[in-house]
Amino acid sequence: MGSTSAQNNEGLGRRDLIKRSAALGLIAVPTMSFLSACASGDSGTDDKVEKGEKSEKNPLAVNGSAPLEIVIFDGGFGTKYAEDARDVYKKTYPEAQVKFSATQKIQSVLQPRFNGGTPPDLIDNSGAQQMDMGVLVGKKQLTDLTPLLDAPSIDDPAKTVRDTLRPGIVEMGQFDGDPVWIMYYAYTVYGVWYSQTALDKLDATYPETWDEMLALCAKAKKQGIAGWTYPGKHPYYIPFSLYPFIGKIGGVEVLNAIDNLEPKAWEHPAVKAAFEAYYELFAKGYILKGTPGLDHRGSQGAWARGKALFIPNGSWVENEEAAIIPKDFKLSVGAPSSLDSSDKLPFGTIWASGGEPFIVPAKAKNPAGGMEQLRIMLSEASSKSFTSNTKSLSAFNGGTDGITLSDGLQSGVAALEKAGTNVVNPRLQDWYVKLQKEQIGVAALGEMMAGRATPAETIKKIQAFADAAAKDQSIKHFRHQ
Amino acid sequence: MQHGKYRFIIGFLVAPMTLYVVFVIWPFIQSIYYSFTDWTGLSPDFKMVGFDNYTKMLDDDIFWKSLQHSVLLAVLLPLVTLGLALFFAFMLNVGGRRTKGAAVSGVRGSGFYKIAYFFPQVLSIAIVAILFQFAFDPAQGMINGTLKAVGFDDVPDWLGDPKLALWVIMAVLVWCTTGFFVVLFSAGMASIPKDFYEAALLDGASRITTFFRITLPLLWDTVQSGWVYMGILALGAEGFAIVHIMSVGPGGPDYSTTVLPLYVYQSAFRDGQAGYATTIGVALLIVTLAFAAIVMRVGRRERLEF
Repeated sequence: MGSTSAQNNEGLGRRDLIKRSAALGLIAVPTMSFLSACASGDSGTDDKVEKGEKSEKNPLAVNGSAPLEIVIFDGGFGTKYAEDARDVYKKTYPEAQVKFSATQKIQSVLQPRFNGGTPPDLIDNSGAQQMDMGVLVGKKQLTDLTPLLDAPSIDDPAKTVRDTLRPGIVEMGQFDGDPVWIMYYAYTVYGVWYSQTALDKLDATYPETWDEMLALCAKAKKQGIAGWTYPGKHPYYIPFSLYPFIGKIGGVEVLNAIDNLEPKAWEHPAVKAAFEAYYELFAKGYILKGTPGLDHRGSQGAWARGKALFIPNGSWVENEEAAIIPKDFKLSVGAPSSLDSSDKLPFGTIWASGGEPFIVPAKAKNPAGGMEQLRIMLSEASSKSFTSNTKSLSAFNGGTDGITLSDGLQSGVAALEKAGTNVVNPRLQDWYVKLQKEQIGVAALGEMMAGRATPAETIKKIQAFADAAAKDQSIKHFRHQ
Repeated sequence: MQHGKYRFIIGFLVAPMTLYVVFVIWPFIQSIYYSFTDWTGLSPDFKMVGFDNYTKMLDDDIFWKSLQHSVLLAVLLPLVTLGLALFFAFMLNVGGRRTKGAAVSGVRGSGFYKIAYFFPQVLSIAIVAILFQFAFDPAQGMINGTLKAVGFDDVPDWLGDPKLALWVIMAVLVWCTTGFFVVLFSAGMASIPKDFYEAALLDGASRITTFFRITLPLLWDTVQSGWVYMGILALGAEGFAIVHIMSVGPGGPDYSTTVLPLYVYQSAFRDGQAGYATTIGVALLIVTLAFAAIVMRVGRRERLEF
């Protein structure tokens, strides 16, 4: 062996030491990379398909022969609308191989593919297993959809796609500045849902003030009907009518301050007034008995069978409960009632915003194809297919002429007309999912509406949750632009 | 023949050991590694953050609540489940009225009961959870329906009530696991020689005495492994599934039913904080190991040969 290093076997020489540590390093380095390579995957290769030729018909320069992969959330809206749009893509680009799949388990199916750097080209990131948008945006996993918004629309080349969308859709897709990361395809109207027939039976119209609301609930109670119910197992449905109520009382600034996680945002008098009004529903016994233990189907079922008059919900409820809502139900949506004359916004102020968030991953092989598919979906024909298949509005502004609208949809369109520009759009549910659902929803509002916490305690609790979220550096923070 | 013995043994052990290392040990090491990173679970880039996740966890009220509930489940569930299972198994095998010809026998219809008790085990845990969710539905559920029918007007909200929710979850877990242990203990009791019982009965021992002096000591090994198994069920998959499907939220109302595996799941897959989730996972691993160690230690007894 080396005569200069360990002479006469006197122990460990310098050279041996270096050799051995180098050997150790050789083992250790690949081990570490193996360690980090396993579950989290590598960053993947960045080979995109070649661009096609840009033309008037093909403003996004789609490569007509490149394969396209679409993954759709198979939920309340079904998949028919997306299949229709896919067929249009196939017809436009007959050479393209289009792989289409639908799943309820968006995150289980797609999270490994994001980690491996091989996501599909277009995803409907929706449902209970939605991937956290804040993380996806923060980690630069999404493609900026601005080229799509600036491309001419299918129906009228003089208009860009951006011009054809409903109010708020583009802003909702922005997180931090100009880029638009998400295309919300459905347009949801939130509010107080009720049966006009049930109100008619009580000789009542939808209460425009809170005093009328309480009076109507008292009248219903005498006949053994509860005023309100809500999905007690998912109390984050309560905000669907409570947040616009807060916005109506105190103005949009209050809601924005809440979304921005500003200190003391929840201590605003408008929040307190709204909470106290809702708490009164419990205190006076106007909430359907057993509500805290009902899930969404249970509470919606009780409501559809006429056991309760009102339920905070979104426009999807019509499709979801289509099987049990009676034919003569006359489903309608009401905007939050006025608390008193000092409310900042008029009666009619309503929460409407985008649903079904579609994304094109940053590492998609064919991002132009993904955007083109969205452009097709935002045409009038596709939008009509969506509306007639799902009883829901789409992000395309219009698309309701010439098709018969269901009761709920019709009342949603009417509510939007009545609201005009007074459409509020609270963002907590897409920005801070845990804060909105688990903390504000289950731990705070759920407890208050079950009568186990007072409004004052609830506000204190929520403010503490919001402050903690604002301080937590491990979550990405957003602000209204 | 000594020579080559080790090579022979190693030859046999290589395949199972490799599988065990790759699919059991390696994921453990990996998750410990990830617990020191800020990995989101949604993107391949992350960095080491040292003990940040651990300090965050120790300050996290929800973590402590989950731990408390998990430990409660791990302590109470085996106690109740195994106690019930032992009682039923004893009644089915030894507890019957004495008949001619046989020294000991089960209660009448024990063959039927054995099958009936095993039924919950055949149902998937998700189905059990959904069925009981319907049963505990406050408005239309079977349980409140029965209560109302016998004259109770003020029926509870069950899963909607933070004071009751965790107990409801436990009851469901007991319901769906007891049957398995009844069958397991029945098999164990069948292997206890009948002469022991005969001798005891001749000496005038009562049923309770025979249970504590003969059945339980001779069954102790089975009870002990059942204990560990049940504890791991409660800390792991079954506990998670029932809470996740049945509880308000899930984990509510107001965190009254949240358990460690649920918190791991929510952090990793809802909040995009896989690094923090693995940290909680490491805590869960420690709790599980500690539980198994304590049960093995406390339960150690001299083995009886028969």
